[in-house]
Amino acid sequence: MTQPDTTTGGSGGSGRAEGVLPPVPDEDGAPFFDYAARGELRVQSCAGCGEPRFPPRPCCPHCQSFDSLWKKMSGRGRIWSYVVPHPPLLPAYAAQAPYNVVLVELADAPRIRLVGNLVASADAALNSVAPERIRIGTPVKAAFHRTDNGLTVVRWLLERP
Amino acid sequence: MGATRATAVTAAAQDATATTAALKDATAIAGIGQTPFAKRLPESEKALACRAILAALDDAGIAPSEVDAFASYTMEETDEVEVAKAVGAGDVTFFSKVGYGGGGSCATVAHLAAAIATGQASVGVAWRSRKRGSGPRPWTDTRVQLPTPAQWTRPYGLLRPADEIGMLARRYMHEYGATRDHFFNVALACRNRANQNPAAIMYDRPLTREMYMTARWISEPLCLFDNCLETDGALACVVVSAERARDCRHRPVYVHSAAQGLPAQSHGMVNYWNDDPLTGPSWTAARRLWKTADFGPQDIDVAQIYDAFTPLIPLSLEGYGFCARGEGAAFTEGGALEIGGRLPINTGGGGLSEAYVHGFNLITEGVRQLRGTGAAQVPGATTCLVTAGEGVPTSALLLRS
Repeated sequence: MTQPDTTTGGSGGSGRAEGVLPPVPDEDGAPFFDYAARGELRVQSCAGCGEPRFPPRPCCPHCQSFDSLWKKMSGRGRIWSYVVPHPPLLPAYAAQAPYNVVLVELADAPRIRLVGNLVASADAALNSVAPERIRIGTPVKAAFHRTDNGLTVVRWLLERP
Repeated sequence: MGATRATAVTAAAQDATATTAALKDATAIAGIGQTPFAKRLPESEKALACRAILAALDDAGIAPSEVDAFASYTMEETDEVEVAKAVGAGDVTFFSKVGYGGGGSCATVAHLAAAIATGQASVGVAWRSRKRGSGPRPWTDTRVQLPTPAQWTRPYGLLRPADEIGMLARRYMHEYGATRDHFFNVALACRNRANQNPAAIMYDRPLTREMYMTARWISEPLCLFDNCLETDGALACVVVSAERARDCRHRPVYVHSAAQGLPAQSHGMVNYWNDDPLTGPSWTAARRLWKTADFGPQDIDVAQIYDAFTPLIPLSLEGYGFCARGEGAAFTEGGALEIGGRLPINTGGGGLSEAYVHGFNLITEGVRQLRGTGAAQVPGATTCLVTAGEGVPTSALLLRS
């Protein structure tokens, strides 16, 4: 898989999506992105004991079973924490800074917290929600954004915009 | 509550002494050396490594040809083959490279101490050389998957260590009422010590609360002064048996206890996916460290705590048992971290204000304090905790004179 060279040159003001890092899934993580492309948020869970686990991995740390399934989540969650990055950043991110990165605790699996962005709509810029709107505990719901390289990432919308 | 745990720790330490006699005080740091610290040094990392190592051997009064063990940690560009042949080491029978960058600093000394205590080698050198001041920032290399689960974090713009730790810092503030003033207390204590240390990058640059509160953000809630320096420099130390150390030039600084820490279900820097992300690797290292020690947190005269970011200090104070969970921020109040306070920390200025050389300057400063030669000396210090990076698989040392 090729990645755009985002390390060199330019003012970084060349557009929102250009040069944003695409996910580079490993073998265990690939199903997550396949489901996301279908608009589903699913989490790997043990087929033996039922425990969900994240990030995905080959066997269950609770019962050591190698059998897993991907459990569908409601897509609801709450903000567990967040940061607002400022430059210096890679150019494509600097162009949108300050933006937010949120950590969302899933309503269906509270120990699983997904890193993402709180945005005004699925395809909006990383800075499309004012930082003042972000609070720990704020309810959010999943949205799905197709990146330039064709992979789909999970993003987050305010449940009460 | 802090006192209760400290008592329990001491009791556990007394029970465990028999099983750990092999390492305890069996070895000592007999020499330390360093290059100048600067934003940019003209020499290569390899040359800087050699200068620091030769300075440490000279400090110990040991000939390079006697060196038979080396230990380093990852993100070190120069390997032991290059170093050994450049400085003129003898036949080398032990070499070790510990993982996880800044988490490995103290483990280098631990590995050498174990090797020497078990007869695998006699004279060990640990070192760190880094041109992080003039070289590239590691996170700008998008071709390399940094030792984090990058697919789950980097596409969203969680790019830098400051972003990753900022996430935990924000939650810590939320749960325990920690404020930016608490983080400032950490930054100020380190800067005050640097202002006493001519070798420190920030020797002649005092920090005020106004400077801190109006500084530019790096990743909210962390500002510029919550982040460590970016430094070129190298350091080294020499580890030998306690018996040999007593014949060296300086008062021996004994390796009393050592531990590494990789907690169950830990995820490294982005430790977001377990029951309690705020219980970091320091908790794991601390349990083993105190279990094998003759003393507890209440007996520590001075601490050198890894400070890549200010919030790591309150988290580490909790992990290493100086206070209870959630009390680390409050612990920093009232000048507690200054000379004369409850627990003077980072007495050379630390990574925040002396130099950021992946924590190795914390080891050498610990040695100086126990020799009684610190630029900002804690009077009569005989015990020192040194820690490596919190937030990554870590390591720690208890040193005593």
